[in-house]
Amino acid sequence: MLPYRVLDLCDGEVTFCGKILGDLGCDVIKVEKPGGDPSLNLRPFDHDSSDPQKSLARLAYNTNKRSITLNLESADGKEIFKRLVQKADVVLESFPPGHMAGLGLGYEELSKVHPRLVMTSITPFGQSGPYRDFKASDLTLWCLGGMAYVSGDPDRAPVQVSSPQSYLHGAAAAAAATLIASYYRELTGDGQWIDVSIQEAVVHTLMNVVQFWDVSGIVLKRSGVFRTGLSTAANQRLIWRCKDGYVNFPIYATAGGAQSNAKLVRWMESEGIRDEYLSGIQWEEFDLSTASQEQFDRVEGPIGRFFKSHTMDELYQGAMERGIMLYPVYGAKEIREDPQLMARGFWTSVGHPELGEVTPFPGSPFVFSGERRNTHRAPLLGEYNEDIYCAELGISEEELVTLKKAGVI
Amino acid sequence: MAGNALEGVKIADFTWSVAGPLTVKFLADHGAEVIHVESSTRPELLRVLPPYRDRKPGLNRSAYNACLNNNKYGLSLDMNHPRAKEVLQRLIDWADVVTENFSPGVMAKWSLSYEDLVKIKPDMIMFSTSQMGQTGPRAKIAAYGTQLVSLAGFTYLTGWPDRDPTGPYGPYTDTTIPHVGVAAIMTALIRRRRTGKGTHIDISQFETALNFISPILLDYAINHRVATRKGNRCSDSVPHGAYRCRGEDRWCAIAIFSDEEWGRLCRVMGRPELQTVPGFASFEQRRKNEDEIDRLISEWMAERPAEEVMCRLQEAGIAAGVAQTGRDLLEKDPQLAHRGFFQELEHKEIGRHYYEAPPFRLSKTPCELTTPGPCMGEHNEYVCKKILGFSDKEYSSLMADNVLR
Repeated sequence: MLPYRVLDLCDGEVTFCGKILGDLGCDVIKVEKPGGDPSLNLRPFDHDSSDPQKSLARLAYNTNKRSITLNLESADGKEIFKRLVQKADVVLESFPPGHMAGLGLGYEELSKVHPRLVMTSITPFGQSGPYRDFKASDLTLWCLGGMAYVSGDPDRAPVQVSSPQSYLHGAAAAAAATLIASYYRELTGDGQWIDVSIQEAVVHTLMNVVQFWDVSGIVLKRSGVFRTGLSTAANQRLIWRCKDGYVNFPIYATAGGAQSNAKLVRWMESEGIRDEYLSGIQWEEFDLSTASQEQFDRVEGPIGRFFKSHTMDELYQGAMERGIMLYPVYGAKEIREDPQLMARGFWTSVGHPELGEVTPFPGSPFVFSGERRNTHRAPLLGEYNEDIYCAELGISEEELVTLKKAGVI
Repeated sequence: MAGNALEGVKIADFTWSVAGPLTVKFLADHGAEVIHVESSTRPELLRVLPPYRDRKPGLNRSAYNACLNNNKYGLSLDMNHPRAKEVLQRLIDWADVVTENFSPGVMAKWSLSYEDLVKIKPDMIMFSTSQMGQTGPRAKIAAYGTQLVSLAGFTYLTGWPDRDPTGPYGPYTDTTIPHVGVAAIMTALIRRRRTGKGTHIDISQFETALNFISPILLDYAINHRVATRKGNRCSDSVPHGAYRCRGEDRWCAIAIFSDEEWGRLCRVMGRPELQTVPGFASFEQRRKNEDEIDRLISEWMAERPAEEVMCRLQEAGIAAGVAQTGRDLLEKDPQLAHRGFFQELEHKEIGRHYYEAPPFRLSKTPCELTTPGPCMGEHNEYVCKKILGFSDKEYSSLMADNVLR
């Protein structure tokens, strides 16, 4: 859909930005160091090989891209890069602040070559400020962005999601910003430079945490399997054990929630679980923000016992049939088998020479008027060198061999 | 308002809760003209959720709601009133983009489905985001993001291996939507500019959130392994965790990926000998003795303030970060302060409070946070008369008939 050429210099999970633009139809060319991008040597790997080309993060976040190799440190490499920029609309990069300028390839220089260029720089803390040169990892950004402090059990350390998140939020923000700037260029012909802070992208996952302090003077804390942020009067259970796993069931106060609660109580009654207190509650009048811990304990006792007598599947099926807001706590296996995802054609088959098999890949999140772009497998390192350098830039095959020998390509 | 990237883009915004309003806020922050439509007959969820100014509830007192809706005009409209369609008709005529995140089918009840809209405006862009997407057998099941977090795997993946899973804070999957949503809307606007064609954007929160755990999903598909929560452990890094520091509930995280970084950490801790001690010298050895390493680091950190630990480690070139609270972010973090991330605006009922800039700065067309989240119906008169072109008399009649409430 988007007729843009994107040069993607991003490393690690930030490379998700280019994938989003690829999913939206851009022609994304991943420009990699000869020898590859060490930061994507992330576990897990295909069949636990240690071949970086088989890093599952690499396979997942480089779909719908082409790969070329180029050494930006070399004089020839810089010259070739500038030629590539002239034919591009967008450059994405995630080097430390100042690195591109140090190579003579900063926005100032590149915009001289191509004034319409949109250049997007994605860094942990942004291009300036006291933390601009701080080292970062997914966990440290999760912490500095405030998300860790409110996640996990209250008696233990603040905790991560056990699949890296921080850089992905920065990458998605970068895709949004790149297209806002691209729209402006459509109108005015002006390119510009975008400065993305991954830390700020993590802060935007906090919803109301900062506001709790700002207007109510409350420092929200992590609360384990209980909900926080709604009431300070009581712990309200969100995650419950069932027979073979866990389910998510919050006791809601809104009109829809009152119905959902009442329906659950009726379901329990129909199976002979009758609790006087629970059955007597008028849910429309049950005020979550003021209900006491004792009230919650009396509500949660019988509900917890009911859940433990059923499997995750029984509870999810029964909840859907009755209109109860209960969801199972899925792992990767259940997600793969979910009928809604299958019905919408979310999974796509991707053949990959390195995998030797066709694998169900998570699909693009974008459906436009019923159409979802096919997912094309991640490229091998330098797979499109000939296509781009020879066919497009007119570099001869002999020259290409020379450049390869010199370590430029 | 020269210098705004999205000047002239008009959005009729029917979104509520978190995912939809934050998507549209980022556009409003860059100059899109947004009319946020809601109704006091059924106030949206976030107007009745805390935090309220001084903890006193009130429809116009929740900063949760206000902070996701700055730079928007507030229009209150009783959607079920027979005369609502007079206002809706003009709103649709005016808008380039209609945004909504109801359960599929709700917009159709008000004759605002995509099919309805294109009859009025063939090149309309409609942005719909819902839990499950617009199609499929479970498209209409009712739930909030708080629960989708569990369905999309995040609960299972967050917490300690010896404990029940906890999930990350809040309706986390909602937060995967806004940037992806902005990218989709901008794509549609760019395409319409080039081809004259509108589109219906269908973003499933479930599917979008799964794009944030793709490696885990491929690990199952390829290696048949179901990844689970591992506290703060990381397969590429040892040590890797958040460690308790001096003070109440203060923590600093570190992540060590190489032998060289490990050596630097040992030196900062004043234990250079640990670098070469058998059992700690290589990545594999450190993995084996991770509990012991965690204990040593905890001992070293326990007596030091978290900020001091972070700065000393950063000076040595080690990735370290304090687990910041909401208060730290607003009052202490020098980086966010330097970037002007939080900006104060004066809200009629909440008073002066802080709003958040988008996590990106455009060099020529930076965001501008201009007006606070609207009170219910705050801009009814302005919107009706100045934007939608109702006469004084027509506006009075709409008011008299209780249409605008």
